[in-house]
Amino acid sequence: MDKEVFSLCFMCSVRCPIKVKVKDGHVDWIEGNPHVAGIDGSLCPRGSAGISMLYDDQRVQSPLIRVGERGSGNWRKASWEEAIDYVADRLKDIKDKTGAHSIALCERAQLATHVSKAFLKALGSPNYFSHDALCKGSVNTACRSLFGYTDAEVGIHYGETKHIVLYGRNIFESLAVKEVKTLMAALEKGARLTYIDPRVTVTASKAHRYWMIRPGTDLALNYALIHVILKERLYDAGFVSKWVHGVNELRDFVEHYTPEWAEKETGIPAGEIIALAREISKDRPSVIFHYGYRGASHQNEIYMRRSILMLNALMGSVEAKGGIFFKKGPGEAGGKAARKLVSQEFPKIDMPRFDKAGTKDFPLPDPNHGVAQVFPYAVLNEDPYPIKALIAYRMDPLMSIADTAQTKKALDKLDLIVTIDINYSDIAWYSDVILPESTYLERTDCIQQMNGLKPQMFLRKKAVEPRYDTLEGAIILKRIGEKLGIGHYFPYETMEDLVNWQLEGTGFTQTDFEKKGFVAYGSDQIFWDRENLPFKTPSKKIEFKSSLLENAGFESFPEYQPVKAPEDNDRFRLVVGRSAIHTHVSTQNVPYLNELESENKLWINTKKAGQLGIKNNALVEVASSCGKGRIKAFVTDFIHPEAVFMLHGFGHEAGRAKRSFNKGLSDALIQENVYDKIGGSPAYHDTFVSVKPL
Amino acid sequence: MSKYYLFQDTRTCIGCHACEIQCKSNKNLPRGAKPCQIIQVGPKMINGLPKMSFIFMPCYHCEDPWCVSTCPTGAMQKRSSDGIVFVDKELCVGCKTCISACPWGAPQWNPETGKVEKCDYCKDRLDAGLKPACVTLCTTGCLTFGLAEDMTQTRRVRHAEASASFENSSF
Repeated sequence: MDKEVFSLCFMCSVRCPIKVKVKDGHVDWIEGNPHVAGIDGSLCPRGSAGISMLYDDQRVQSPLIRVGERGSGNWRKASWEEAIDYVADRLKDIKDKTGAHSIALCERAQLATHVSKAFLKALGSPNYFSHDALCKGSVNTACRSLFGYTDAEVGIHYGETKHIVLYGRNIFESLAVKEVKTLMAALEKGARLTYIDPRVTVTASKAHRYWMIRPGTDLALNYALIHVILKERLYDAGFVSKWVHGVNELRDFVEHYTPEWAEKETGIPAGEIIALAREISKDRPSVIFHYGYRGASHQNEIYMRRSILMLNALMGSVEAKGGIFFKKGPGEAGGKAARKLVSQEFPKIDMPRFDKAGTKDFPLPDPNHGVAQVFPYAVLNEDPYPIKALIAYRMDPLMSIADTAQTKKALDKLDLIVTIDINYSDIAWYSDVILPESTYLERTDCIQQMNGLKPQMFLRKKAVEPRYDTLEGAIILKRIGEKLGIGHYFPYETMEDLVNWQLEGTGFTQTDFEKKGFVAYGSDQIFWDRENLPFKTPSKKIEFKSSLLENAGFESFPEYQPVKAPEDNDRFRLVVGRSAIHTHVSTQNVPYLNELESENKLWINTKKAGQLGIKNNALVEVASSCGKGRIKAFVTDFIHPEAVFMLHGFGHEAGRAKRSFNKGLSDALIQENVYDKIGGSPAYHDTFVSVKPL
Repeated sequence: MSKYYLFQDTRTCIGCHACEIQCKSNKNLPRGAKPCQIIQVGPKMINGLPKMSFIFMPCYHCEDPWCVSTCPTGAMQKRSSDGIVFVDKELCVGCKTCISACPWGAPQWNPETGKVEKCDYCKDRLDAGLKPACVTLCTTGCLTFGLAEDMTQTRRVRHAEASASFENSSF
């Protein structure tokens, strides 16, 4: 009984197209979908560990109900019926007593996101929030402030670029296959790579220019680059005069941000800053200043992201080959998008969101995603109202929101915590009920609408039957919904029904996906006419001078605030990042990935380590104002002396995930919960820590 | 020497270790055994830039393999048709002589079976007309597999392209 199934990977959130070979009901082989250009069979390390994850018995095998204290790890097995009843009864109680708005759902956005959003809307709660703000809330806001489009509507045309500048965007480690392959092909054709990071990464090792910038000062660098570009008239004058609103204000603003000034702030020689401005402008418009994947480092994040996007506009690289572009939906190719459950009519919700996103108190962050790091504050302060229940759907607030101790304190105030996940995540471990989801290889999922230069749809298709007593997330929520009297918002019995419902009216059926795993609305790349660009800002232009910001009472061009250096010799700015081996906090227990990388280490500059008596591989204590922990030191010349670095996602507390339990240190334990109050991102790199040898 | 050559384009390798996992997953190996491995050397500053080397270490399938001649049971063998060096698990007694003999650390210990594992270029896949797992799935496509006589081409073409200097040519 052999078969081949086209599907979508889910070892990380990129969702690369895959082909799965099944032999006697077992997944025998996974490869990248050979029909998809830029994938061509390739699979990254995490994708390659899919089989290892599927057949790992340390994942959640049945619904579980807590019997001991929260976090004690005492569980009893439950049937689905019992677990669903348990959750629904408590949710109903909470809804009756304190209102539906006291129920929140957090999620790592995914294909069934329209189901979870519909679930909350039907329930009458505004309190959906996703991981997005934690990753890139301010990038989203920055994009809207300049173009009127969100970051999710902007793409990067790597394949034809001639020069790409990456600000800590460690593209060859925090990687997506298609990006890596297309960029690598461009580099092979002669494209230049400039990489800026306080730490040497694999990406740095592939760069033509590398700057070990003083941590936190990228914005100063950008203002100086803009200064040179405007002063020496290196910009695309035609594009700028037609499409940019506020270039004169920008010119006045950057007048005193000279390369010499930036040299003192960033540590990058003025001459080199001038050289980059001159060099890159020769290749415009096929140049990219990468606006970031994760954009959540500093409290002025929105201005940093805006400055990057402004550099693109000055180069005329907006909607240009080899630059950045706007993603085209099915409508641009004369087609229709798949339906989503959220397009139904729901009762009106009058209560504000817990995070106040979109209100005058917190006007600019995108309420579609919410602002996750506000959740602990909202719960603890009961501001704007008490919250009583949290459903955590494959997102771990304990390890992804800064200041775990504070987050835990907030969770302790809740009457109900439910986790939907495949893993024993830390939040699952701290929950009252765990509802285990089937893995991506064991479930059919909702349609993936892939907007881009060529709009397409992809389908995740079940390859094998679930190994354990697990269900699809969209079915779990429907079942809870049925018990709460909102079942009619979920017009399906199986995932196949739901996909068919989504495809109605698109002109495509599930069978159309069988040949290559996807369907395309057209065959040509769609670039808009640069004479008629449909920017969605009030001025219909790229707003350097931003009405979004100014109408909300914020400046378009606030004065640069110098970045402070650590005050004492044993203090450092904590910087975090990713490797190619793990996805955020979710893969550390996957056998093959754990074997390759089972713990994180603290990168520390050789000279500093010498002064503090810290030896390579020896344990050190890292402490901030909110937490401390132990981790092994990695002593190296290849990190800026003001910074220490650790990989995100280690130091798990869930006992049944035995390989990752207590291995390494969780960055969230140490990071202070501070954030960009305008754009919405956390400021993960604004915590200073002391480091001492043990 | 086997008639094949596995070429690693170090310029496009990003040291992501996907090849190691793909190999293990395909052979269903437990923790510990790594028939191929990427060893990172560096970073090191070269002409003002940080450089890293990612050295791909499978088995080199020697012409006169130490592991084969030293194996007391005949488990370690060289396939006559194409020179692939492989281990017959039925005959392996786990004596580890091959591990001692191989200068490159290619034979790997499988702690679950108590036998040796090694890179056999995925000969079952080759026989089915496919490429080795690592080559098929490599993230960047930096691994290429083929007949040894064809494999020098990538480097030659690249060197030619790098050294052809139209701008400065006097011809």
